[in-house]
Amino acid sequence: MKNLNTKDFKKKLVAITSQDPALCYQCGKCSAGCPVREFAEAPPNRIVRYVQLGEYEMAMSSPTIWLCAGCQTCTSRCPQEFDLAKFMDAVRELALIYGAVSGDKKSEDFHKAFLNQIKNFGRAYEIGMLIDYKLKSKDFMQDMDLAPKTLLKGKLGLLPHIVKGNKQIKKMFKKTGEEKK
Amino acid sequence: MKLGYYPGCSSAGTAKEFDTSLKEVFSVLQVDLEELKDWSCCGATSAHVTSHLLSVALPARNLLLAKKQGFEDLLAPCAACYSRLVSSQREMKLDESVRMKVEDLLEEKVTNGLEIINLIQIFNKIGLDKIKEKKQVDISKLKVACYYGCLLVRPVEVALADDMENPDSMEAIVKAAGGKTIDWNFKTECCGAAHSIAHTNIVEKLSKKIIDNAEKHGADVIVVACPMCHSNLDMRQLNIIKDFKDHKPIPILYLSQLIGLSMGIDEKKLGFDAHYISPKPLLEKMRAVEIKVGGAK
Repeated sequence: MKNLNTKDFKKKLVAITSQDPALCYQCGKCSAGCPVREFAEAPPNRIVRYVQLGEYEMAMSSPTIWLCAGCQTCTSRCPQEFDLAKFMDAVRELALIYGAVSGDKKSEDFHKAFLNQIKNFGRAYEIGMLIDYKLKSKDFMQDMDLAPKTLLKGKLGLLPHIVKGNKQIKKMFKKTGEEKK
Repeated sequence: MKLGYYPGCSSAGTAKEFDTSLKEVFSVLQVDLEELKDWSCCGATSAHVTSHLLSVALPARNLLLAKKQGFEDLLAPCAACYSRLVSSQREMKLDESVRMKVEDLLEEKVTNGLEIINLIQIFNKIGLDKIKEKKQVDISKLKVACYYGCLLVRPVEVALADDMENPDSMEAIVKAAGGKTIDWNFKTECCGAAHSIAHTNIVEKLSKKIIDNAEKHGADVIVVACPMCHSNLDMRQLNIIKDFKDHKPIPILYLSQLIGLSMGIDEKKLGFDAHYISPKPLLEKMRAVEIKVGGAK
C-alpha cells in the first residue's frame, strides 16, 4: 500500500469523524443491530478494534466497510455516542486515498460509476451509471431481463439532464481530488 | 407559503411516479411547489462513502441556490436527499473548518438557516385536517404497513422528531386519509439501500424479511416515503417471486399515492402503472368496499 503513515491515518480519520475511536468499548451493540452483519466476514465493531490496535490495513481491506449500507442503526444505538456510520465512511475514504486492496470491488465500482455521472452532468444519470458500472464490473448480464420492462415504464430517462452549473461541479470534484494527494 | 421543491435525481427516472403523485396531491391541497432552479445531485450514498468533503459540498451547492432564489423552506421528498441536505447544513454550522473547506470549493460564502422538510413533515405542516377534508374515497378496507426505512428516523439529530425505534408519524397521516394501519416489527429495518446493483442478493434478502413481516401482520400494502426503499421493495420483489414460489406479492405505494387515492385522484395520474408489483388487487379490494358503502346508503 502506498505511503501508509500510521500517524497520518489517525490524524485524517479524526479530522473526518471528529471523534476518537478509543471511545468504543467493544460492547457489540452496533453489530447486534447491523442489517448486513450476516453478509460480512467481520462485524462492524471489529473494524473499530482493528483501528484501535493500529491494524489500519486490515480495517481498510475488509469487505465490511463496503457492505455497510449507511443505515445509521449503529450510530443511533451506541451507548458511547460513537458515530460508527461516519467512522465507516471515513475508513472507506482513507482506503481509497491510500490505495488499499479493496475488500469489495463491486461496491467500489458502483460508487465510482455513480459519482462519475454527477461529475459529468451534475445529476445522477441512471442509464449512464449502469453502463459505466457494467464496464467496470464486467457484470454484463445482471438485470438485463429488467431492462425492457423498465424502459417501457418510462423509468429510465434516455438522455441525461445537464445542470447549467456543471462547470462549478466539475471544479468541485477536481479540487476535492487534489486535496487528497 | 413559497415552498421550494428539490425533486432529487430519481424523480426523473425510477421514482417518476413519486414526483407526479406528489404534485397531484399538492394541487388538491392547494400548495404551490416551486422547483429549485438548476439543482444538482446531493451526492447520495456514493459521495458520503467516498469523500466526506464532497458529501457536504454537493448538498451545500443546492442550499446556496435555495437561499439565492429566496426560499426559506425546501421540500426534499426523497428521504436520502433530505438526510444529505440536513446533514450538510448541520455540519457546516457545527464545524467551522468544514464550512471553510466547502466555501473554498464553491468559491462562495455559505449561509445557514434554510428549513429542509421531508414528506412526513410537509403533510404535518399542511395539516392532517386538510387531508381529512379532501377525502373522497373510502380506503378503510386497506391494511397499511407504514415503512420508514432508515433515513427518515436516523440519525436522530437529522431525521424526524419521532420515536427512532417505533415511529408513528406516518401512521397518523395514513389514518387522516382514512386508511387502517397495522402494527408490525420491521418499519425501521434497512432494505439494503444502495446495494441494489452491486449486491442484489443482500437487497433481496433484507427486502424479503421486511415484506414477509408486513404480510405476517396482515398488510395489503406497504407505504414508503423513499425512492430507494420503493425500488428495493417493489422492483427487487420480482427476484423474491422468482426465488420463492410461495411468495405472495404485496404492492408498494408511495405515501403520496395512497393519499391521492383517498382524494379520488385518477390512478393513472398517480402513476400506478409504473410499478413492478401491480397495485390492482388493492384497487379491487377498495372498489368492492365502495360498492358496499354505496349500497347501504
